[in-house]
Amino acid sequence: MKKTLVLCALLFVVVCAKAQEVPTNGPSGTKTAANSEARMQTLERQVSMLAEQVALLRGQLKVLADAKGSGEGPGARLVLTSASVDASAPATAESSSLSVASAAALPAAAPAAPVPQAQALQSTQIQTFGGASGNARLLNPDISLIGDFIGAVGHNDVSQLPSMQLHESELGVQAIIDPYARADVFISFGEQGVNVEEGYVTFTSLPAGLLLKVGKMRAAFGKINTIHNHALPFIDRPLATNNLVGGEDGIDDAGFSLSRILPAPKGWFVEATGQVFRGDSSDVFTANQRQDVSVVGHLRGYKDLSESTNLDLGVSYARGHNDMGSAFITTLYGVDATLRWKPLRRAIYKSFIFRTELFYSLRDQISLLDLSQSVHAFGTYSSAEYRVNRRWTVGGRFDRSAHARNANLIDSGLSAIVTYWPSEFSQIRGQYKYGHLATAPNSSFDNANELLFQFLFVMGAHGAHPF
Amino acid sequence: MLRVRLIERMRFYVTDYVTNYVTKTSAVAMAIVLVCALAGSPTGRAENKLKIITATTDLASLAQEVGGDKVDVESIAKGYQDPHFVEAKPSFLLKLRKADLLIVVGLELEIGWLPPLITQSSNPKIQVSAPGYLDASRFARILEIPTGQVTRAEGDVHPQGNPHYWLDPENGLRIAKGIADKLSEMLPNDTAYFAQRYSDFEQRLKQADERWKAEMKPYAGRKIVTYHRSWPNFAEHFQLNVVGYVEPRPGIPPTPQHTVELIGQMKRDNVKVIVVEPYFDLKTPNSVARETGGLVVVLLPSVGGEKEVTDYFKLFDYDIAKLKQAFDTTH
Repeated sequence: MKKTLVLCALLFVVVCAKAQEVPTNGPSGTKTAANSEARMQTLERQVSMLAEQVALLRGQLKVLADAKGSGEGPGARLVLTSASVDASAPATAESSSLSVASAAALPAAAPAAPVPQAQALQSTQIQTFGGASGNARLLNPDISLIGDFIGAVGHNDVSQLPSMQLHESELGVQAIIDPYARADVFISFGEQGVNVEEGYVTFTSLPAGLLLKVGKMRAAFGKINTIHNHALPFIDRPLATNNLVGGEDGIDDAGFSLSRILPAPKGWFVEATGQVFRGDSSDVFTANQRQDVSVVGHLRGYKDLSESTNLDLGVSYARGHNDMGSAFITTLYGVDATLRWKPLRRAIYKSFIFRTELFYSLRDQISLLDLSQSVHAFGTYSSAEYRVNRRWTVGGRFDRSAHARNANLIDSGLSAIVTYWPSEFSQIRGQYKYGHLATAPNSSFDNANELLFQFLFVMGAHGAHPF
Repeated sequence: MLRVRLIERMRFYVTDYVTNYVTKTSAVAMAIVLVCALAGSPTGRAENKLKIITATTDLASLAQEVGGDKVDVESIAKGYQDPHFVEAKPSFLLKLRKADLLIVVGLELEIGWLPPLITQSSNPKIQVSAPGYLDASRFARILEIPTGQVTRAEGDVHPQGNPHYWLDPENGLRIAKGIADKLSEMLPNDTAYFAQRYSDFEQRLKQADERWKAEMKPYAGRKIVTYHRSWPNFAEHFQLNVVGYVEPRPGIPPTPQHTVELIGQMKRDNVKVIVVEPYFDLKTPNSVARETGGLVVVLLPSVGGEKEVTDYFKLFDYDIAKLKQAFDTTH
């Protein structure tokens, strides 16, 4: 027992020593952690250290003054000297810059040749006392908020959008957790309440090139299912998504995701992803009991056809239990293809994207005629977007999809969209949408003609551009 | 009755199936892990060269200068591409996953595309703050660090300062030193080699800089207008005076009102040269030049902006020659 304790203690000490090594082993600056804020952090640290030093010196001087009964004049002068000297002091005073000895040495160091600022910053490795509140703020995650306002006019009896709504406010909180992982959380505040759209930790330092995500995430089923609402190329999602792949939320569930880049012939990027989820995703999958997990598999192939053109292909598979019970399985197959064109010299002015996805849904359910029945439903969409200039994008989409529960009901639709970008951080859109939509109860069809409009705005941390 | 029995029977099958299914699922997951782990290990490299990936061509050129034949250097962005708007193409992952060292410009220049690439590369060596991640901005003198309140009312501002800092030869030297130190740290046996390459580079760059400064001396204090705020370090080093921008705010495309104001200002201050990066549209700069009797000159912010500009030295050679020509013809 004693031995174990001693061992534990020893281990603890070693770990502590190791942990402390990290921040102190970089006198040259190159060994220390280097993110883009390193300079700012160093500066802030220096400033807070300066303030503390001044306070400390002031205290010491007061003590001295009290003892010797001398006036205030020289005290004030000394404080100033020490403050001005500090920029070059850290290079010499490594760890115990606040000892009386170093305080005494400060005036002597004053006339020394000033170290160039940039070098001083890198070689700075000062021990700071207190002042943690200021520095701790630098560890706050990147926070962003995206507001998504949608309005609708016109006629649609099947899926009625309100005339105006703040459809979603998505709060993004993202940070690097530790040397091995980062986390991304997206919380959407919608008309119906709050929902964690995604929240997962990504382990980036696994062996063998594996990438593991754990948490709630949008499943890697096709393309459109992975895209957040605000990043969609259109205001709404395609009919096929609504009918077969879970609508707006799509396959978005808690679970594990493991992916890896696979070796491939020259120039091809091939990535395989396997995911296991709890099995609850909108109206697609339902976990009636704990064992009812769902699985998703995705294989992506990508190739640069030229420096401006590329082809992105994928096949997807998803399988889970549906709301009829544990015995009832829904299987989804998906194929996606994207062709992108963006000339590098004019990347911000011109681009073209063509995308098509095919979905095939096999859903077990109880029907009135048979005991059990399998519904085979097929859905597809094709869309194209063209960037006319820096501020304007136009696009169009064709939709066709059967219903997952009744493959005889086939919806179709056409959309045209115009997007205006005042800047990178806001967009204004208008979309005309025609739909030939089945009304579920009596299997008749309704012709929907709508005009949707949308205002999107981004604040806070600069997110990644969609690709 | 028959129905109930049938359902009973089905339930039996189901339980059986589910148990089966769960085991199958985990088996599939395990299989995926195994296949992934076995399929081609990324570490098996035949040559001993250090693989360096840089965000931009300028960093690639500097890394090549000090790394010599001990390193393999490749840049993600092309020299004629706007470094803010590189696309996060999966093909870059193929390079990043094998990289030993990733050198970035930093100051949020690559924020729109590099972070997801780093994460998805699943390469532990180059994750942010890992030993194989080097932020070149740490070594450079940074200008235009905003003070006070920072808002996007000023456009796409970079809160940590202007990221186009490599366009000052002195910063080039500082970055090269930083890279040399990093390389010595990663390949301790070649420390002398990198030190020698650095001092050689230092000598050549200082000589070249003397020449460039001498060439630019007659034009010291000249006023110019640039499209984007890409040139503060360049202008400071070569004593040029940037008095206006074609963009009303960084990242905001030109507006008619701002263009009119700019024309007025250029006429008042007698500014004749409009510097444009190769990735911006020339329509507005050309119309401004027509109105003011000025001249549009496309200067390269990066190595590789034109075919002949193959390294850091030729970048300044090219830009200074173009600028001199522009000043001479407009005066």
